[in-house]
Amino acid sequence: MRVTVLLVAAALFATPAIAQDIGLIKVSSGNVQIERGGAKAKAQVGDVVRANDVLHTGADGAAGITFTDNSLMSFGPNTVFAIDKYAFDSTTHAGQFDGTLRQGRLAGVSGKMVKQAPESMKIRTPSSVMGVRGTEFVVQVDEPVAPAR
Amino acid sequence: MPPRADRLALLAAAPLIAASLLSGCADTPKRSVAPELFVVVPGSDGHVGSIVVENAGQKRVLDKPYGAARVRADGGTEAATLSESEVRAAFGPTLAALPGKPASFLLYFLEGKDELTPESKAELEKVFSELKRRPLPDIVVIGHTDSVGSTAFNDRLSLARAERMRVSLIALGIPASRIQAAGRGERELLVPTDDNVAEPRNRRVEISVR
Repeated sequence: MRVTVLLVAAALFATPAIAQDIGLIKVSSGNVQIERGGAKAKAQVGDVVRANDVLHTGADGAAGITFTDNSLMSFGPNTVFAIDKYAFDSTTHAGQFDGTLRQGRLAGVSGKMVKQAPESMKIRTPSSVMGVRGTEFVVQVDEPVAPAR
Repeated sequence: MPPRADRLALLAAAPLIAASLLSGCADTPKRSVAPELFVVVPGSDGHVGSIVVENAGQKRVLDKPYGAARVRADGGTEAATLSESEVRAAFGPTLAALPGKPASFLLYFLEGKDELTPESKAELEKVFSELKRRPLPDIVVIGHTDSVGSTAFNDRLSLARAERMRVSLIALGIPASRIQAAGRGERELLVPTDDNVAEPRNRRVEISVR
């Protein structure tokens, strides 16, 4: 009985074995969509997130995701965020997280992979690259301003 | 000479390159980029981490509370320090959507019973509201006892404590499928003691949530 219970507990907190599921939508309000393989679908709490997904939020949208390495990320309104690369080894904690904030706002809390190897999480923007050494950060990319004449 | 396909691509791109050179080389008219802002935020435990922002070949390390780098519309980058309220104002809805961090809570019980101490009863609301804030929580409830009584008795008691908490969580509206309960008897004393020692801090449940 005890062993069973421990196994259940271990399974619950272990990184999911399904390779492709890298995160879970834990918060979703307003218009939130996930673009996968060219098709967009409304994202709801409980939906999985995969590498190469692109998250879109509308003017009233906000979303929060937990990733398998325990890193957290959330997005404000009018945001486009692409997960370019994600890998995490739950045994060694080695990993790589490359994302691009094309526009909008995000907040992040780094997880186990950054603890193991600083700057293994990178967020690109139209003109910069941010390496995360830990732990909490926010990033904003505004609409381009019309050139001054 | 580059291969033919590359030459064609260069020819096709030539007007674009010329246009970008014209707009980009001089100080005026200003180059226009999307303004960007990077801020390192202290954690709820007060810990301040660091981020490295690389822009136009230059690296900036931000490691002070609310230390920021700003990319202006003209493409220049500047260092800044924001206030907490400025960050709240700009990122309010974004920060509000951040999922809760993995956390654990301890609640304590009366000796030999599966009934909480008055102090823990008072704290229960706080724990419940914290759990309820998390959509789709993964919860593990582990019950423990002190070293008074037999192993078999304590195994039963620790499970009864965990089960009672599990039932309360379900009553709160958390789906049963998301809660696991287990008893560890007197095997994991929080405060190590000899056998048959009444120790209030060992009579507890630990509720872990992710």
